[in-house]
Amino acid sequence: MLIDLPISELSEKLRSKTVTSVDIISECYDQIEAHESKLNSFITLVDRETAIAKAKAIDETIATHASPLAGIPYVMKDAYLTRGVRTTAASKILDSFIPPYSATVHRKLEEAGAILIGKMNMDAWGHGASTENTDYGPTKNPWDQERSAGGSGGGPAAAIAARFCSFGIGEDTGGSIRNPAAWNNISAMKVTYGRVSRYGAIAYASSLDTMGPTAKTAQDCAYVLETIAGVDPYDATSSPKPVPPYTKEIGASSKGKKIALPSEFFGDALDPEIKAAIMEAREVFESAGAEVTEVSLPLLEYGVPVYYILAPSETSSNLSRYDGVRYGGKRSLFTKENKRRIMTGTYALSSGYYDAYYKKAQKVRSLFISEYTKLLSQYDAILSPVTPIMPSKFGELLDDPMKNMMADLYTVTVNIVGLPSLSLPCGFGKTNLPIGMQLVGNMFSESTLFALGHTYQQKTDWHTRQPTLVSSK
Amino acid sequence: MNYEPVIGLEIHVELKTKSGMFCGCPADHFGKTPNTGTCPVCLGLPGALPIPNKKAVEWTIMLGLALGSTVSEVSKFDRKHYFYPDLPKGYQISQYDQPLCRGGKIETSQGTVRIHRVHLEEDTGKLQHAMVDGKKVTLVDFNRSGVPLVEIVTEADIHSADQAKEFLKKLHQIVRYLGISDADMEKGSMRLEPNISIRKVGETALPPYKVEVKNINSFRFAAMAIEYEIKRHATILESGSIPAQETRGWDEAKNATVSQRSKEEAADYRYFPEPDIPPLRFTRGYIEGIRQSMPLLPDERKQKIVKEFGLNEQQATVLIDDERKLNLFESTVLSNAVVSAGISGATVANWIINKVADYGVATTQQVAADIVESQKITVIDESELQNVLATVISSNDKAVADYKKGKQQSLMFLMGQVKRQIPKGNTQQILDALKAALDTQ
Repeated sequence: MLIDLPISELSEKLRSKTVTSVDIISECYDQIEAHESKLNSFITLVDRETAIAKAKAIDETIATHASPLAGIPYVMKDAYLTRGVRTTAASKILDSFIPPYSATVHRKLEEAGAILIGKMNMDAWGHGASTENTDYGPTKNPWDQERSAGGSGGGPAAAIAARFCSFGIGEDTGGSIRNPAAWNNISAMKVTYGRVSRYGAIAYASSLDTMGPTAKTAQDCAYVLETIAGVDPYDATSSPKPVPPYTKEIGASSKGKKIALPSEFFGDALDPEIKAAIMEAREVFESAGAEVTEVSLPLLEYGVPVYYILAPSETSSNLSRYDGVRYGGKRSLFTKENKRRIMTGTYALSSGYYDAYYKKAQKVRSLFISEYTKLLSQYDAILSPVTPIMPSKFGELLDDPMKNMMADLYTVTVNIVGLPSLSLPCGFGKTNLPIGMQLVGNMFSESTLFALGHTYQQKTDWHTRQPTLVSSK
Repeated sequence: MNYEPVIGLEIHVELKTKSGMFCGCPADHFGKTPNTGTCPVCLGLPGALPIPNKKAVEWTIMLGLALGSTVSEVSKFDRKHYFYPDLPKGYQISQYDQPLCRGGKIETSQGTVRIHRVHLEEDTGKLQHAMVDGKKVTLVDFNRSGVPLVEIVTEADIHSADQAKEFLKKLHQIVRYLGISDADMEKGSMRLEPNISIRKVGETALPPYKVEVKNINSFRFAAMAIEYEIKRHATILESGSIPAQETRGWDEAKNATVSQRSKEEAADYRYFPEPDIPPLRFTRGYIEGIRQSMPLLPDERKQKIVKEFGLNEQQATVLIDDERKLNLFESTVLSNAVVSAGISGATVANWIINKVADYGVATTQQVAADIVESQKITVIDESELQNVLATVISSNDKAVADYKKGKQQSLMFLMGQVKRQIPKGNTQQILDALKAALDTQ
């Protein structure tokens, strides 16, 4: 399949006219027609004719496009505003919302000539880790359709695993890019806070939200991040730091790189199959010349409580605009999980409780920042699992809010600090379910993480494996 | 029983920046077609983010400096939550515990009024109650949403309606002189909210209640509302009760305040730091730069015109109270025409104070020319003067007769008749000639 090829190769073929964008897009739509009904990854599918027309236009002008993303199909989590294309955040409240403007990320991709083919399923407003908490039906895992595709960005991850598109744009507040990447056997970069503009992305928790790429490989993610990263005059929290040439720096050697392995990530909560896969990954890094050292990150257990105060507090504020006056949908359309988080956050911010909850959580946040900063001043990256559990069966997380929260154990602290984290496929369990690992780096060290990830993917083939669904007819 | 009012003021001033507080929409919203000056940010659309307006921050600091406030070196914005249809995000971006400026004061003839804080926030949209297709509806106009709004809060240092009025006039003048707002009450670009309570004379503790009066759009109404409340509270206290803690509104038609909201319904605003805007940090150099760029304040300009142009206190006060007249005075008194004619500042001031209302649009050039002209001693041709005198005398027998009987008023009447025909004539010359002509009758 064309869509199996890396972005760099597809781009070369488009330029040499050995392949057309129309070919690629047609293959995607064929794949979608064959398998989407089994997965439910889309909320809104751009119609084939529109996408093909765009592809034709790119094919005719391919020589004039500088970006390697020109003519490449992509999807976006339905949290991104796409002018003229319905955007719902997977909530019926926005069921008929056609945005009058586009998110900066979408605008940059359009300018690069990439072709949007769909808006993807997610947990409504980003609240969840299984894409079950959606008003558009759960997204099924391409590796086992009785199981969740992860969340909150299950839709884009499943679509990439099922080869519906070349890459996707996710949004990670507490693990929403990395968790589905791990459960779908794909790669994803949760960027440093401020690296990519948040303008036009529907806010879940503003101080934690980050916008990042998901694709088959670290290298593909690097191509996408190069295009979408950078300061944005429409986002006061976007960083003015220059964007490094990630794809040029990705070949950097891993020799002598220092990787930390915090023992707190390998406690009783962790599934032994995931633990075994991470330990194998450790050996791969060591064989590439990296130095892996066991360390301690004692604060880890406070990550979930801090996250579940800060994120609901901010979301209770961010969602107050959906008050039933505008946008059509009434407040009663918020899901049970949405209401739980809105209520928790409202309570945490109430006068008399603010100091005990929100303010205290912010103080612990400062502790996390100093603990991670200290650790990352001595190491290039921290290696850890993404999720403590294998892809869950439907209902498991939905019926157990505590378990749902604990699924975020390994991912939320990264958002609390604002660090980048690259999620990569690193093995399979006995029942052929994928396992993911993450490499967490210092602020704005995406380039280092990409290089480590690329080294790993040169030495392993997990990322090339496809769910059986892809090749079936 | 003697009571002493304890009054604090909250004043909202819309800044006249070009663009909005957090977006590029025009800040000038008055009289515009509803919902034409809006964008995703001020409509609070999903995904939109606020970018603070640098000029608005600078002007708020400038106002703080003018009031003698301490400018915070670190400040931040916070979200203030409440549901109202004119507030599209469900929260207002305001400032909670780290306002741009703290402290400061304005002197009044009845004592110092301390400033508690000066902070910056965004204005809300506007509700319009209307009939559409025969149905009573409420429409929302978001043109005003996101217009920069400065809030000035005083300490409860004010003890009379007059003092409140004097304070407000001074503040209004400062804002106008800084050129940061039209502060036009009619347009709602300056809004007043007194907090009023009273206590027995001699007591020093704050009274156990306060009443806030909203929706006041003139200094006069502010004073009337305060007077009204003082009397109302006294009556309640005399009856042995304590006035209810509440928000009231000024009803122009009834000339009275009316209850709007009781304390029990007061909102918990759930303030928390606005995560979309990083904290603001100002260097001393930046703040000093703003201080250097500040225009002269009313008191400074008053001293200047007294000293440089020899005006008396009364003339200076009249000019300072009306910046249009003051600007006209300053430009006219320094104009080439006036300077080369050697006309005094006092003469120019008197002309502007008394005659500027007669002009439609008073340009410096026109006013200067008129003043110079008025001061010219025009010697009238003697035979022409005699002709006019003869006509006036022959057609006003009664006045002439009265004059002969010693009635001085008649002389002035006749003088007026002559002047009507020779308006530019030298008064002394005419008067002397008129007297001579009457004496030879």
